[in-house]
Amino acid sequence: MKKTRTSDIVISVCLYLVLLGFILFLDRTLPATDIALTVLKKGCIYSLVAVSMNLLNGFTGLFSLGQAGFMMIGGYTYAILTIPVEARDSVYQYFNGGIVRFSVPFWVGLIAAGIVAAIFAWLIGLPVLRLKSDYLAIATLGFAEIMRAFFQWDSLGVLTNGSNMLRKYPAFRSTVFPFVTASLCIGIIVLIINSSYGRAFRAIRDDEIAAEAMGINLAKHKRMSFCISSFFAGVGGALLAMYQTSIQAAPFKSAMTYEILLIVVIGGLGSVTGSCIGSFLFIACSEWWLRFLDAETTIGTFRVPLLRSGFRKVVFSVIIMLIVLFAQKGIMGNKEFSVSGIRDWLTKKKQKKEAGA
Amino acid sequence: MSQNILKAEDITMQFGGVVAVNNLSLEVNEGEIVALIGPNGAGKTTAFNCITGVYEPTNGRVSFCGTPIVESYPTGKMKKQYLGENAGKYTRRIVNTPDVITKAGIARTFQNIRLFSSMTVFENVLIAKHMRAKQNLFTATFRLNHAEEQRMRSETMELLKMQDLDHLKDEIAGSLPYGIQRRLEIARALATDPKLLLLDEPAAGMNPQETQELTDFIRQIRDEYHLTIFMIEHHMDLVMQISDRVYVLDFGKLLATGTPEEIQNNPRVIEAYLGVSEEDA
Amino acid sequence: MDFLSKNLPYLLAGISVGGQYALIAIGYTMVYGILRLINFAHGDIFTVAGLILIYATTILPLYISIPLTLVATVALGYIVERAAYKPLRNAPRMSVMISAIGVSYLLQNLALYITGGLAQTYPAIPFISNTISVGPATTKVVTVITPILTIILVIALMQLIGHTKIGMAMRAVANDFETSRLMGIKVDTVISMTFIIGSFLAAVGSILYFANYPSVIPTSGAMPGLKAFVAAVFGGIGSIPGAVIGAFIIGISENIIKGLGWTTFSDAFTFALLIIVLLVKPTGLFGEKATDKV
Repeated sequence: MKKTRTSDIVISVCLYLVLLGFILFLDRTLPATDIALTVLKKGCIYSLVAVSMNLLNGFTGLFSLGQAGFMMIGGYTYAILTIPVEARDSVYQYFNGGIVRFSVPFWVGLIAAGIVAAIFAWLIGLPVLRLKSDYLAIATLGFAEIMRAFFQWDSLGVLTNGSNMLRKYPAFRSTVFPFVTASLCIGIIVLIINSSYGRAFRAIRDDEIAAEAMGINLAKHKRMSFCISSFFAGVGGALLAMYQTSIQAAPFKSAMTYEILLIVVIGGLGSVTGSCIGSFLFIACSEWWLRFLDAETTIGTFRVPLLRSGFRKVVFSVIIMLIVLFAQKGIMGNKEFSVSGIRDWLTKKKQKKEAGA
Repeated sequence: MSQNILKAEDITMQFGGVVAVNNLSLEVNEGEIVALIGPNGAGKTTAFNCITGVYEPTNGRVSFCGTPIVESYPTGKMKKQYLGENAGKYTRRIVNTPDVITKAGIARTFQNIRLFSSMTVFENVLIAKHMRAKQNLFTATFRLNHAEEQRMRSETMELLKMQDLDHLKDEIAGSLPYGIQRRLEIARALATDPKLLLLDEPAAGMNPQETQELTDFIRQIRDEYHLTIFMIEHHMDLVMQISDRVYVLDFGKLLATGTPEEIQNNPRVIEAYLGVSEEDA
Repeated sequence: MDFLSKNLPYLLAGISVGGQYALIAIGYTMVYGILRLINFAHGDIFTVAGLILIYATTILPLYISIPLTLVATVALGYIVERAAYKPLRNAPRMSVMISAIGVSYLLQNLALYITGGLAQTYPAIPFISNTISVGPATTKVVTVITPILTIILVIALMQLIGHTKIGMAMRAVANDFETSRLMGIKVDTVISMTFIIGSFLAAVGSILYFANYPSVIPTSGAMPGLKAFVAAVFGGIGSIPGAVIGAFIIGISENIIKGLGWTTFSDAFTFALLIIVLLVKPTGLFGEKATDKV
């Protein structure tokens, strides 16, 4: 691996701070409901979830489809723990105020969301991770569906409020909060990926049998990756719950996992920055840039054909299919977007020019 | 007589109704270079896989440095189907996954090179250092293991220099030429600090000159790293030049054993392995 | 007797749903057997078949609409394979699976666009929508017809695979893709044929399945699709009899659970069953064990 220069780190940090300042500026100047802010908030949350899925699918080579399930667990954990005591009677109106009689600060709730998701991952990981590729995919998908049924079960209503929504828990208004939280989490994931453990994960992805022959305990490392991924999916789920200000089990279907998987693929399996770029593009396209496709438009007397509600999603899925078919590596492949990468690229270009001249 | 480092007793590996390895017993002594030869499909790689924990043998025991690392006996369905010998001899089940066996000191290479093809040469070797590191997830993530990581990196660099691979350290392993991939695989195995090195057809696909270089190379690493080497090989020149002893496997069974000269002159080996057609002609 | 009369409707419904799952499951299992691909889009092809019939009956009589639906669904299955899976023939398996998920996403969004997100009323099909009484229970004719039709179709399919040239080619390709190609089998034709058969059966299954429901929405097929897939895994993916038996087991047990008043868990049960089977016998009831060569 190439040595990263100190100057590169400084430049990266500066860039990050500029970005943070820009978001702070947008937060102050734009109305809270502005579409740009919505895209930024949701984009941050999806970035985190996509990166956590990439850790598992792209870096460890485990094809898991349980992400929505772990997000749901995280979201619920957060909501259950942080609803203020005085609001519980109105939220749990059918369940006599529920059984949880305390509430914790939001940051404790966020961490707990990750921990509970990771505990579930640890439990399910014991048996499921022995399965190979597609079997693992379908087993994790099934697990997510089971969890969804459990969270909607009336007998657990004192905890989960059954199929009713949970609300009135602390949420965020600013865009800075999800941005900082998500980037902190993604930062930790990057540190893990570049550590000795991250190398072990990538070795498992490249060749399980060789990895084992190199002394890597497959079961332990796979479970580790699974738990880490689920931890951050749980935190992501909690952030999503905060963003939505209410949470219900119903939308955490396999379709949500598919969406996140598609984001990861668009960005590039095995690229953290790719997943982030993919998330923002995905959210921006689906919520903002392609909106015009949903509106019936007439130019003069000519009524533009096809344009009506739902067309946006059709165009969008066609674009995704084109990427999946013709740009299989996604936007970034397995490369990362970094200051040192750009510098290397620039110097190479310069050298080429000089060599040519 | 020197101490045996690897001892396999009555190893039998049966897949369904096919007995791939049948009652194989062998010993490898410390510091030796021992070859396992035999026609295609004789069960050589299967034997390696039983020793390194990739497969659990149906019956038999493998000991390393005097401690049993693998032991098994026919259970379940196999109890009735078992076609091998010594059915009642072993009563314990000792199952170790390959990583445990590697940690104990047996390293191996693969017949069809298995490198971490998307990782760099340096990372491929560095991986081997992971298992003995004292770090945990927390210290590794937050770089509290700096000293250890530095040590791992410098050890890796040293090894690469000794193997003359250091100039390629940032190359992606999968894009290297075949011969270098073979060498990298051996370097990677050495990085696990083994006592015993299992080489599965190290000279496969090499021309006579490369094979000669490999012969010297194997001797050299044996001496430098105080290794014992057990290898599967088809190139008879190589086998006859460097092996102290040779085991011959045919249809899963041990056919003969002895020094290279003895094997070369053993009529049964000539018949089974070197081919009957030669005598006919 | 009291127990029987109380539970007979659930049992009947279970057998019927089982037959419908079986028809979908065959599509999954055949494609998996040949391409080693979980065709995530299969459930959506099933939904689209339902929608095609709805739109066809608005302008055409039933006796034209039904054959038209079968033909159109088969064409859709064929096009999906050619457009989304064939270009990835040499790509890693994960890419093809992702492509399948992409197709599923596309078909769902397309259905959402065309239907405008509104539930579309499924037409009443004379005869099979009629009610009859079986012993003490009253049910629709379709409930009784489904298992019979399923068995007939499965037997026909087994004959096709066992005794015709294309069937032999299918078995060969499922066994060893590369060697079959070298032996001069037109692998692409075989794969297309597999998708055609799978889509045809899904279309039949769709007519039988939706006859029990008042309407179809774009995601109607997702759950039965997943369950049929579970059935295929349960029976040992790649094995047609396995898929059929798995489908009946899942259909029946799911309805018994509904009968016991645990409706919330009828879906969850299916997946729990799947996970247990995978852990105890990862290759399913009739699956063949495959060992990786080291």
